[in-house]
Amino acid sequence: MQETTLEGGFADAPRDAAHAFRACMNAMARPGRIETLRGATPPAPLSQAAGTLLLTLCDADTPVHLAGAHDCDAVRQWLAFHTGAPLAHARTDATFAIGVWDALLPLSDYPIGTARYPDRSATLVVEMDSLTATGARLTGPGIADSAALSLPDIAALRANHALFPQGLDFYFAAGEHLAALPRSTNVEDA
Amino acid sequence: MSEARKTWMSLLAKAPPKALGQLWDDTGLAPDFTWLRAPEIGSTMVQGRMGGTGAPFNLGEMTVTRCALRLTDGGTVGHAYVQGRDKTHARIAALIDALMQTALADRLQAEVLDPLATAMDERRRTRAAKAAATKVDFFTMVRGED
Amino acid sequence: MYVAVKGGERAIDAAHDWLAEQRRGDTTVPELDVAQIREQMTLAVNRVMAEGSLYDPDLAALAIKQARGDLIEAIFLIRAYRTTLPRFGTSRPLDTGAMDCMRRISATFKDAPGGQVLGPTFDYTHRLLDFKLAADGEDGASASAAVEPPETAPARVPHITGFLGRDGLIEQEPASDEAPPDLTRTPLELPTTRALRLQALARGDEGFLLGLAYSTQRGYARNHAFVGELRIGTVPVEMEIPELGFTVELGEITLTECETVNQFTGSKTEPAQFTRGYGLSFGQTERKAIAVALVDRALRWRELGEDDQGAPAQDEEFVLSHADNIQATGFLEHIKLPHYVDFQSELELVRKLRRQATQATETEAAQ
Repeated sequence: MQETTLEGGFADAPRDAAHAFRACMNAMARPGRIETLRGATPPAPLSQAAGTLLLTLCDADTPVHLAGAHDCDAVRQWLAFHTGAPLAHARTDATFAIGVWDALLPLSDYPIGTARYPDRSATLVVEMDSLTATGARLTGPGIADSAALSLPDIAALRANHALFPQGLDFYFAAGEHLAALPRSTNVEDA
Repeated sequence: MSEARKTWMSLLAKAPPKALGQLWDDTGLAPDFTWLRAPEIGSTMVQGRMGGTGAPFNLGEMTVTRCALRLTDGGTVGHAYVQGRDKTHARIAALIDALMQTALADRLQAEVLDPLATAMDERRRTRAAKAAATKVDFFTMVRGED
Repeated sequence: MYVAVKGGERAIDAAHDWLAEQRRGDTTVPELDVAQIREQMTLAVNRVMAEGSLYDPDLAALAIKQARGDLIEAIFLIRAYRTTLPRFGTSRPLDTGAMDCMRRISATFKDAPGGQVLGPTFDYTHRLLDFKLAADGEDGASASAAVEPPETAPARVPHITGFLGRDGLIEQEPASDEAPPDLTRTPLELPTTRALRLQALARGDEGFLLGLAYSTQRGYARNHAFVGELRIGTVPVEMEIPELGFTVELGEITLTECETVNQFTGSKTEPAQFTRGYGLSFGQTERKAIAVALVDRALRWRELGEDDQGAPAQDEEFVLSHADNIQATGFLEHIKLPHYVDFQSELELVRKLRRQATQATETEAAQ
C-alpha cells in the first residue's frame, strides 16, 4: 500500500464529518443549492468535495463503484483505508458510484430500488469541471419557486425523475463545491 | 514479512491491556508520532459456521478499537485492531507494530512480545490443566433386566 | 393513533432521581463496581452479551448495574449502544474445532476421543443453598485445588459429528463461503434462510427459546434430539485488514456450541441417517445453545422433507417474530404509556353501542 493513501482523511473526524454531513444533507434537501464541502484531501482525480462526501457517507455497508479514471489504485486504497467501503462487484450492486458523467453512463446500469424498498437504489456522485446556478430549471420538493443548476444531461435526468418513487439520486461535485439532484426534482430546459 | 507481522499484531491484540502497558512502560520508549487515524471504537461482525464446518452465518458483534500512526523518526506506519474499547491498548499496539519494522525489533521482541507470549501460553496451559482435572470416565452399569 | 403529550418534566426528573436512589439501595452496604459484576455475575454478563448481540463483558456488566439487574433492560441498553458503533468489518468464520475447551461433553458417545471434560458446571451440584457464601469473608474460591500445568498447550479437540460423518451416518454440512444475510442490516423477510435463523436465534430470548425447545421434546414437532456435543471455550477472532492485505487476530471470545444429533428415518431421496441441529452463542450460555440447536432442527423440517405438524417450533414466522425480547418488550410495555386519545374514542364507542341497545329495547317495549 502506498503510504500517501493513509493520509488525507479528516483531521478531527467527529467534527469534520458532522460539518460535511450537514452540507451533504442541505444540498440534497435544497436541490440546486451549491454547498461548500471541505475536510478531506483525497488523491486525484477525486475532487475535494467528492472525497469529503465519500468519507462522510460511505462505510463497510455501502459498495462503491469507481467509474473510468476514478478506478485507480490511489483512490481504491484511500477509500479502503478511510471508509472501509468495499468496491461493488458490478454496477447493479453499487450504493454509490463516482466518476465523470460519461464514465458513469448508462444510468440503467444502477439499482433504482424496488416498489417496496425504493431506498435500495444508488447515489451517483458526478465529478464536474465547474458547477454554476445556471442552465436547467429545477422545481419540486425543497425548492421555493425554482432553482437553476448546470446539469450534464437534462433529458436523462428528466427520465430518472419519471421513475419516482424509484430512481437514482445525484450529487455533483466540482473542486470544493457540491450540489444535489434527488429523484423527486423535476428538471426542465431553462 | 506479513506472516511475522500477523503474528505480532495478533499477540498484541490478545494481550491483556494492563500487562502490555506495563511491559511497554518498562522499555522506556516514547517515540514521537502522528495519527493517520486516531483511536476509534467500532465493531466487527463475528461469523460462525453451521454445524461448526458448514456455511457461514452472522453470530453477533464484538467491540474493537483501531488506530494507525506514523513514526516521526523514519516515517514507519503502525496499525492496530484490538478487541475491546481500550484506546491506550490500541495506541501501544500500533506503536509496537511500527517499531517492530525498525532496528528496535529485536529489543521489543525480547522485552515485550516474548513475555506476552509466555504469559499467554501459561494461561492456556493452566486452564487446560483445570479442564483435564474435570475429565471423567462414565461407566455404563449393567441394566437390571437380563 | 399516536398523539404527542407534553408536560410532566418535573415528575419525570423526580422519577429518575428516585430510580438512581433505588439502584444504589442502602448506602451502608458497599456499592457494587462494574468489575465485580463482570467477574462474579459472569453468567448474567454472558446472557446480556449473547442477547445484546455484542461481545464486551465490561459493557454488559455496566448495563446490568445500570438496569438494577433487569437483564432485558440491560440487553436493551447494549442493543442501543451497539447501533452507535461503526462496523469495521466481518470476521473470518470462527473455527470452533480449534476451540480451547474448558468444557466438552457428549451425550452420545461415552468414550468420545478427546474425553468428557465437565468444566465449571452446575450439573452435579446438589442444588442446596450454600450458606457459606452468605457468611462474611468466605468466597469458596480458596477451596479450588492448585493444578500443575501440563508441559504443552492443549491439542485440537475433534468434533463428535465428524466421526459420524466419516461413516455417512449423519447428513453432511455443505461447506460454503457465501456471504450470509445480516439481520442488523436488512429487515427480516420470510421465508428466510438457515443462516438468518441462526443469527436471530443467537440473539433470541433464552426463556422463549427454552420453552419452544422443551415443546419439541414433549411432542410438538418431536425430533428426538441427543446432545452430540456441547463445548464451551475460547476461540480467536480473525479479521482481514483491508489496508494491510492480510488477516490478524483481534482477540479471543468465549463461546458455547451445541450440536444435536437427531433421528431421521430417511426420505425418498435420502437413506436413513442422523440429522443435525446447531446452536452457537456468546459466552458460557449452555441452556441457550442447546435450546437454539433444538429449535434450529425443528425449523429445518421443510429442507429435510418432513411433515409440517403445525407445531409452534416449526413455524418460522412465529419463532423468529417473537424470539427477540427487545422487540417483544417494546411492544408489550408500550401499552402502559399514555393512550388517552385512543381510549377516549373506544369509550365513546362503547357508550354509543350501549345507547343504541337501550334505545332498541325501549322501542321494542313500546311496540
